[in-house]
Amino acid sequence: MTGLKDLMQPHRIVMMLVFAALVIWCAFALRWDWIPKYAPLALEGLWATIWILAVSTVLGFLLAVPLGLAQAVGPWYLSLPARTFCTIIRGTPLLLQIWLLYYGLGSLFPQFPWIRSSELWPYLRQAWPYAVLALTLSYAGYEGEVMRGAFSSVAKGQLEAAKSFGMPRFTMFRRIWLPQAIRNVLPTLGGETILQLKATPLVATITVVEIYAVSSRVRSDTFIVYEPLLLLAVVYMAIAGVIAYAFRRLEKG
Amino acid sequence: MTGLFELLGLGASAELLSLSGWGGNLLRGLANSLQIAFGAFGMGLVIGLFGAYGKLYGGKVTRDLLAIYTTVIRAVPELVLILILYYVGSDIINKISEGLGGGRVEINGVAAGIWVLGVVQGAYATEVLRGAIQAVPVGQIEAAKSYGMPGLMIMRRVTIPAMMSFAVPGLANLWLIATKDTALLAVVGFNELTLETRQAASSTRAYFTFFLAAGFLYLMVTLCSGAVFARVEKWARRGQPSLKGGTS
Repeated sequence: MTGLKDLMQPHRIVMMLVFAALVIWCAFALRWDWIPKYAPLALEGLWATIWILAVSTVLGFLLAVPLGLAQAVGPWYLSLPARTFCTIIRGTPLLLQIWLLYYGLGSLFPQFPWIRSSELWPYLRQAWPYAVLALTLSYAGYEGEVMRGAFSSVAKGQLEAAKSFGMPRFTMFRRIWLPQAIRNVLPTLGGETILQLKATPLVATITVVEIYAVSSRVRSDTFIVYEPLLLLAVVYMAIAGVIAYAFRRLEKG
Repeated sequence: MTGLFELLGLGASAELLSLSGWGGNLLRGLANSLQIAFGAFGMGLVIGLFGAYGKLYGGKVTRDLLAIYTTVIRAVPELVLILILYYVGSDIINKISEGLGGGRVEINGVAAGIWVLGVVQGAYATEVLRGAIQAVPVGQIEAAKSYGMPGLMIMRRVTIPAMMSFAVPGLANLWLIATKDTALLAVVGFNELTLETRQAASSTRAYFTFFLAAGFLYLMVTLCSGAVFARVEKWARRGQPSLKGGTS
């Protein structure tokens, strides 16, 4: 990261002044009068974005661990499906996956009577479970590949040593394999989480109201185009910054 | 079993997906998608090459501006960038057209898609190519300089061939991102594969069939590109020791 001394170079000071002038110009020349009206909705949207991001990354990571393990050391009947899953997820656009789940699966479910009468039915008629499911599967697909590398990078000798101590397999996994794999994977995990953040606006296309959907709503209500999008870009950059900072702390601590 | 097939909408899918049915639309969409992806990838390469040179050898201000470009583009979701760039691009063109005394201009979807995705790809390509150029041993460039080669010739004869083997894996990744990012243009309303699919699906109510078919098409594109890039990588690494050990 740049220190204060770096910022004090003459050309950077000039650039910062230009930037400040640009911000002030934006504040006065562009229209911001829509903000008070849409602020409550925007906060709700922001919360939805963060909620979907958090739930899908945590669930996705939990799914990625077995996927990575199956690919790294599993027998063929486990590694083959895991590899196929990762290839399919990584080979198709996320937008298509979201639409396949929401429109495709969503149009199939009502045809099964036992689903219609189940407890889950009210949830299956809303958009957010499909959004969370699609983002979770996508994160697991990308992260599963990363976990495969991480699991195969743990030194074989350590596992053999643990085995010779008579450690049960699950303890071995929990105490030796997983902690090292996670430490190896932390830098990539940060990057993947930011990619996941950048994937969340796609769920707006299936009527989930998150922060991007709010900006589109402002655009279509008021015909103000650039201001909501600029603000949105700043919000996403801020969240990405927070995620990057959190992962740097995690790596150090 | 046939009941399940009917339920998934797969029973009539052969008919639905035939070329005279909606299959032709899907293929047209795929052609559009590939066209945009090729154009965006090419534009990204050009921006990336200049960007990488600017970042490595440019002046202080150039470097800072390029740093802002790559950081901002990579931190903001593609969908948001697509919207911003789309509006900016059409605004600029309309302003120019009004300045020349013309009316509003209808913007070609493919050109707009290439412009929008190209700017996004450029930021990623800048980083990929910068890393690759940095991996070229300095001695080779110094040797070329000491022979009195002009800058452009050094770039063409030394830097680019020598950096290829480092750049190809990253560029392969970028190409895959380009093909998949074309799907996002569906949101702005370009007739690429995803939007064609959605239109076909909603007018026949066979959502599952069509989205599966589109997924299959995308998967074929990525798998074929993977095979092509494996060949390209082998070519770019010719004469170098193989990664798997032994000589290739």
